Amino acid sequence: MTFDLDLIILYLPDIFRALGVTILLWLAGSALGIILGFVVAVARRYGPRWLDLALFAPVELIRGTPFLVQIFLLYYGGPFIGLSLDSISAGLLGLTIYGAAYYSELWRSGFVAIPKGHIEAAQCVGFNRTQTLRRIILPEMTMLLLPSMVNMTILMLKETAILSIISVPELTLAVSALGTKHYAFVEGFAILALIYWALVETCSAMGRYAESRLSKYRFAAS
Amino acid sequence: MTGLPAIKVEKLVKRFGKTTVLNGIDLVVERGQVTCLLGPSGSGKSTLLRCVALLEEANEGFIEINGTPLGFASGPNGERVRLPAAETQKVRAHIGMVFQQFNLWPHMTALGNVAEALVTVRGMPRKDAEQRAMAQLSKVGLSDRAGHYPSELSGGQQQRVAIARALALDPDIMLFDEPTSSLDPELTGEVLNVMRDLAESGMTMLVVTHEIGFAASVGSKIVFLDQGKLIVEGKPEEVFGKPRHERIDQFLDTYLDRGAATLL
Repeated sequence: MTFDLDLIILYLPDIFRALGVTILLWLAGSALGIILGFVVAVARRYGPRWLDLALFAPVELIRGTPFLVQIFLLYYGGPFIGLSLDSISAGLLGLTIYGAAYYSELWRSGFVAIPKGHIEAAQCVGFNRTQTLRRIILPEMTMLLLPSMVNMTILMLKETAILSIISVPELTLAVSALGTKHYAFVEGFAILALIYWALVETCSAMGRYAESRLSKYRFAAS
Repeated sequence: MTGLPAIKVEKLVKRFGKTTVLNGIDLVVERGQVTCLLGPSGSGKSTLLRCVALLEEANEGFIEINGTPLGFASGPNGERVRLPAAETQKVRAHIGMVFQQFNLWPHMTALGNVAEALVTVRGMPRKDAEQRAMAQLSKVGLSDRAGHYPSELSGGQQQRVAIARALALDPDIMLFDEPTSSLDPELTGEVLNVMRDLAESGMTMLVVTHEIGFAASVGSKIVFLDQGKLIVEGKPEEVFGKPRHERIDQFLDTYLDRGAATLL
């Protein structure tokens, strides 16, 4: 058995097409997850108590079960409750919900971490709630949460591989198909690992760059 | 309006759970006066100040700012009626607040901290707001630090920026909650000097402090609280001079106990 590089090169166009799907789903799923997670966190913190309780269960359920199981249930179980989605839509919806549960907990930790005095100072100069959220809480949270947000977004990328089980034409599916067809699993999965790793490193590097730009804003010692 | 006191506190009661922190406080702060609130920790002095800043809501009693009720008004039968938020905001605009922990916003420069409310709350164009903020910063001696973030400033500088931030909105009453308690002794002086200048300019000030020297030399009135009650009030020479109230004696003794006695 030899490591057949030619096979990979032959299939490069297919791999790149699948990579495009992976990146698109990753970025869209993460962005939507961050937004939905924020809405959930705000609703739980500032909304009525029943809303907090109502959102507690789904968030815990999502965080307490494997993504593989969730995506399976959504895609194959959805039609039973009238939710028939094609694989890409189901994949995006699944990623968004999965991400939202985790991101909402991150946002929540951010709300807690902001010193109460910073909000009181805003109240004292006449800010209303929306102004305080927009001008003080959100920017402060951005710098507080950036490292853990980047980390979660990296995990989101790796979760996209799971979408192969519902036949989303993403990277992992494309490479496994190649493997099955030519019995070239080592070649396929080696290149697969390299591509994911490269994406993760790019994402981390961007995160580190943003962090260094924001380092001046570090909380002042007092 | 000229005859009305700047701050009038009437029968104020504040409880946290079962603990009564303020137990019926009556206090009048005249315009242009510097009133210093003294007392041991837990006496309720910070809570009183925070009630006037409306950061805490009292359980009973009333507060008036320049004769206008703050937060709650007295109804026809003396019951408390909550005032609309817009009205409360208007009254609050007369008050500036300075905190023990400075509470500068870490993602804005010194200039940004001072200019922020002028833009966001008062709707001033950013350029005009920054011009005004710059003028305030130079009043507290920090025009050369305008572009620095809070993390790049010393504690004393941060507190001076915080004072400039409150002053930028042109309040006629300034509240100070232990403004020098988290500062090194060396940095305390620069903040007290700014406050002294402010007092000389005729600002009405209510100051919670442990700086007895400042209270004695700048204060027009000393108010001593203990266990949620106002025990003594009067001019510094009356409060600190002999004969003294027994409780003041005890309080001053604790200061001398902390090593100062050996110097005498």
